[in-house]
Amino acid sequence: MTTMTSDPYAGERLKETHFYEREAELNIRDAWSSWNGYLFADYYYDTEYEYFCIRNQCGTYDICPMQKYEITGRDAETMLDRMVTRDVTRIGLNRVAYTVWCTDQGRIIDDGTIFRLADDRFMLTCGSPCTAWLRKAAFGFRDVTITDLSDDLAALSLQGPTSCAVLKRMGLGGVETMKAFDIRHFPFHDGNLMVSRTGFTGDLGYELWIAPELALTMWDELYAAGEDYGIQPYGEAATNMARLEAGFIMPHMDFTEALKTVHLEHDQTPFELQLGWLVDFKKPHFSGRDALLEHKRRGPVWTLAKLDVEGNWPAEDAIMYNNEKCSHEIGYVTSAMWSPTVKANIALAMIRTESLKGELWAEIYKAKELRQYRRMAKCTLKKKPFWMPERARTTPPADV
Amino acid sequence: MKRYDAIIIGAGHNGLTNAAYLAKAGLDIIVVEKNDYIGGAAVSRELQEGWKYSSCSYVCSMMRQAIHRDLDLGRHGLILVPYLGTVNFGDGDERFFQYHDEEATYLEIKRHSPHDADAMHRFQADLTRYSQLIRKTLMRTPPDPTSFRPRDIRELLWLAKKFWALGETELYEYIRFFTMSAAEWLEDYFENDMIKAAMASPGIIGTALGVESPGSAYILLHHVMGDVDGSIGAWGLARGGMGAISQSIANAMQEHGGELRTESGVKKILVENRNAVGVVLENGDEIRAGIVVSNLDAKRTFTRIMDRDDLPDGIYERAKNFKIRGSSGKVNIALSGMPTFTGVPDNRYLSRGGQGFTGSLETMERAYDCWKRGRWSDDPFVESVIPSAWDPTVAPPGQHWMSNFIQYCPPKLADGPWTPEKRDAFGESVISKIERYSPGFRDLIVHMEVRTPHEIENEIGLTEGNIFQGELTIDQLFFNRPFPGYGQYRMPVKNLYMCGSSTHPGGGVSAVCGANAAREILMDLRKPNSVPDDDFYDE
Repeated sequence: MTTMTSDPYAGERLKETHFYEREAELNIRDAWSSWNGYLFADYYYDTEYEYFCIRNQCGTYDICPMQKYEITGRDAETMLDRMVTRDVTRIGLNRVAYTVWCTDQGRIIDDGTIFRLADDRFMLTCGSPCTAWLRKAAFGFRDVTITDLSDDLAALSLQGPTSCAVLKRMGLGGVETMKAFDIRHFPFHDGNLMVSRTGFTGDLGYELWIAPELALTMWDELYAAGEDYGIQPYGEAATNMARLEAGFIMPHMDFTEALKTVHLEHDQTPFELQLGWLVDFKKPHFSGRDALLEHKRRGPVWTLAKLDVEGNWPAEDAIMYNNEKCSHEIGYVTSAMWSPTVKANIALAMIRTESLKGELWAEIYKAKELRQYRRMAKCTLKKKPFWMPERARTTPPADV
Repeated sequence: MKRYDAIIIGAGHNGLTNAAYLAKAGLDIIVVEKNDYIGGAAVSRELQEGWKYSSCSYVCSMMRQAIHRDLDLGRHGLILVPYLGTVNFGDGDERFFQYHDEEATYLEIKRHSPHDADAMHRFQADLTRYSQLIRKTLMRTPPDPTSFRPRDIRELLWLAKKFWALGETELYEYIRFFTMSAAEWLEDYFENDMIKAAMASPGIIGTALGVESPGSAYILLHHVMGDVDGSIGAWGLARGGMGAISQSIANAMQEHGGELRTESGVKKILVENRNAVGVVLENGDEIRAGIVVSNLDAKRTFTRIMDRDDLPDGIYERAKNFKIRGSSGKVNIALSGMPTFTGVPDNRYLSRGGQGFTGSLETMERAYDCWKRGRWSDDPFVESVIPSAWDPTVAPPGQHWMSNFIQYCPPKLADGPWTPEKRDAFGESVISKIERYSPGFRDLIVHMEVRTPHEIENEIGLTEGNIFQGELTIDQLFFNRPFPGYGQYRMPVKNLYMCGSSTHPGGGVSAVCGANAAREILMDLRKPNSVPDDDFYDE
C-alpha cells in the first residue's frame, strides 16, 4: 500500500503557472480553464473588456503552459532545418521565425516559433508537447541536445498599443528600437530578461521570457509600470478574439494536429491553411518535402478562407453551402465572431477549393430566449487579415 | 465657376456622413464648415497641452454599426471602446453601484431594496422590448401619414404591423409611455428613490424637461436604445475622443472623393426661382450646386441663413417656434491624478466608469425648477465619466480627463446675459458638487473648460446649445421632425435638404440623420442607393 497524500485528488488537480499567485488575485470571477495541465484563465473579469485592453491599452497573457524546447549543439541548425518547412539557416541571430512542421505525408503536426539565440542554440515554442517528434527528428544527428524548458522558463505575453511604453517605463532601455521578430536580452536583477517582439494578437506586442524565480518580481515591476497604461491580464477568450481578427490559426479549432488525427482526411497541409509561404522548397530535404511538392502541384483540396459574413450572427460551427437553398455542401466554419474593432462579422472556414469561385453561404443557428433561429448569410472572401494595424510593424512604436 | 452636385453645410458628424454617402454614390460634393476644425459636437480638441477634451458629446452608443461597418470606419481609425460600471451618488452617503455583471448588480440593488432587485429584471425586459421597436425605425425615413404615395402607405403598414404585433395591452402601454414622465413610469417598477433617480437620469439629459415632466419617459428610452457591439444600453468611448468619429467619417468621405473646406461659414443659402442653388460664404465667396444640404439645426437654417422671402408662408414662423431650448452645460476638467470618491471601493471596473451625481428625484426636479427661473442650481445633476481611465490617448499617463455633463444650465439668465464671471460661477457650482463626494478633488484640477449654452451655441452653432438640435418630444419626433409635413429630409424649398439631428431620428452621435438624408437625396436624383440597411442583433 502506498502512502496516502493529504490531498487524495492531487493527481487530478491542475498545476499552477509561475504567475499564478498574482493572476489568482486578479481572476475575480474564478474563470479558469486549462492548457497542457496548467490552470489557465478563460478570462479574468470580462472577455470583451480584456479584448479591448489588447486593442486599446495593453494586457498580459500567461504563456507559461506553452511548450518550450531548447535545441543546442553543432547539428541543431541542420536538425531543425530538416524538421520544419522554413529555412532555418536564414533566421538571423536574435531573430524569431514562425513555422510549421509536417509528417512525411505533408500534414501539419503543429505550428510554432523558432528563436535563434546563438549559432548553435535555438528555442522552439509550440502549443502542444512535442518531445517525441523532436527526438524522432534528431535521430541520426550527432551533436544535438533537446531540453524541455516548459516548466523552467516563465513566459508572459504583453500585447497592445501601450505595451512598448510600459516596457520603457519598466526600464528596458532601447526596447523601442526592436523590430518585429527581434529578440533582445536585458539584465534584470540577478538574471536575464529576454524580450521578443512577438505575439498572437496581430497588434503591437512583446513576449517576456524569464527564470521562474524572477517571474513574480517581473510581474510586479511590469504591473507597476503599466498602471497608467491600462495593463490588465487577459485570458484565452480574449486571445481567441484577437488572433481571429489577425487571421492567425488555432490548433484544435482551425486545424487538427496530424499525429493526433484519427480520420486522416481531417488533418491539413500548409497549403490548405494558406501557409504555403512557410514552405521553402529551395532548401535541402526536410520532413514532408516530397509530399508537399505533390500537394503543391495538385493544389489544395481544401482552403482555409477568411470570410466576411453578412449580418451580425456569429457563424460559429456553421456549415457552408454554395447556394442559399443548402443543396450542396462545400465546407464548414472553423472560427467565427463579431469583430468589435473591424465592425464586421468575421470567420475562418475550411472550404473546398473548387467552390471558392462560386457563391458562399453560411447556415447559422442562434438561440434567442431558448428558441432556435436559423439564417442563411452570404459570405465574401477576404484576402488580407481582418485587422492589421500599422502600429504592429512601426519602429519605434508610438507610446499610445 | 465650378458647380458641385451638392453642398453640405456643416462638418458635424451627420453632415460628414451625408457627404460620405453622396460621394460614395459618385456625386461631386463639398462640405463647408465655419470652424477651423471639423466635427461639430462630435469633436476633440487640445485646449491644454497633453489633454484632448471631447468638448461636447463625450460617450457614444447610438452610432449605427451598419454605417460604421459600411464606411469601413475601423480602417479609417475609429475604435469604439465600451466602458464598464457606474456609481450613482445619493443625496447623502448612499451609493448605488451598477456593476458590469448582472448578478453582481442584482445583489447590489438587493442591498437597497429586495423588491427593486427583482423589479430590475422586468424593467430591463420592458425597456429592451420598447427600444427594439424604436431601433427598427431609426434607419428608415418616416412615412408621411397624410400622403397616398405607395411608398408612404407601405411604410405606414410596416409600422402598423410592428405595433400590432405587440398585442393590445402592450400597444396601450406604448402609447402611455410616449406621454409619461420618467418618474411616473419608474414608479411602476421601483420603490427606492436613489435607484429611481439613477434610472431616471437619461430622461432629462439634454432636455428642458424635468423627471416629472410628461415626455421624459421617451427621452429615457432614446438614451438607452443604443448598443455597443450588440450589448444594448452599453456606452462606449471613441479612442482618441469623439472627434475620432468625425475624423474617420471625414477620411471615408475624402477617400470617396468628397471635398472639405473649413473656416467657411455660410452667410446665406442662395435661392433662385424657389430652387436652392448654392451658398454665399461669410467671406463673400459663392459656391453653386445642384442641391444644398443643411446640417445646421432647423431654427438656424431657416431663421439665420435663409431669406424669409425665399421661404413659403409659415415656415419662418415654424422654425422660429421650433422647440430647441438650451438646458445643459459641460465642464471638462484636466486632473493631475485619479480622483477618489467617498464610499466607493477602489474597484477599477466600477469606480473608473461613469459617475452619476443623481441624488434623488426631488433633487433633480429642484434643479429643473432653477432652470425654469433662469438660474443654475447649486445642487445640479451631473453625469461624469473619466475617459482617460479607458483611453490612453486623451491625457498624459497617470493624469486624467473628466467629462462632466450638467443638467440644467439655462441659455438665458434671469439676471442678464451670460458673462465670463457667471460662466465661472456656474463651473464652480459643479466643482463644489463633485468636491462634496470627492474631498480633495479641487486640488487635482490642472485646467478646466466651462461650457454653458452660450459657449456651445457660439462655438458649435447649436441654437441655445441644445444638444439634440431640437427637443425630443412627441410633437417634434418621427414624421413631425423638424416640422409636420417635412419629416422626409426634403425642405420647403426645392433642392434643399436637411441632414442634422433636427431630422428623424433626432439627437445623438448615430450618423443616422445624415445617412437617411443621403438615401432620400439619391432617390430624388435617381441614383442607386449607397446607404446600407440597418442590421440588428435583436430582430
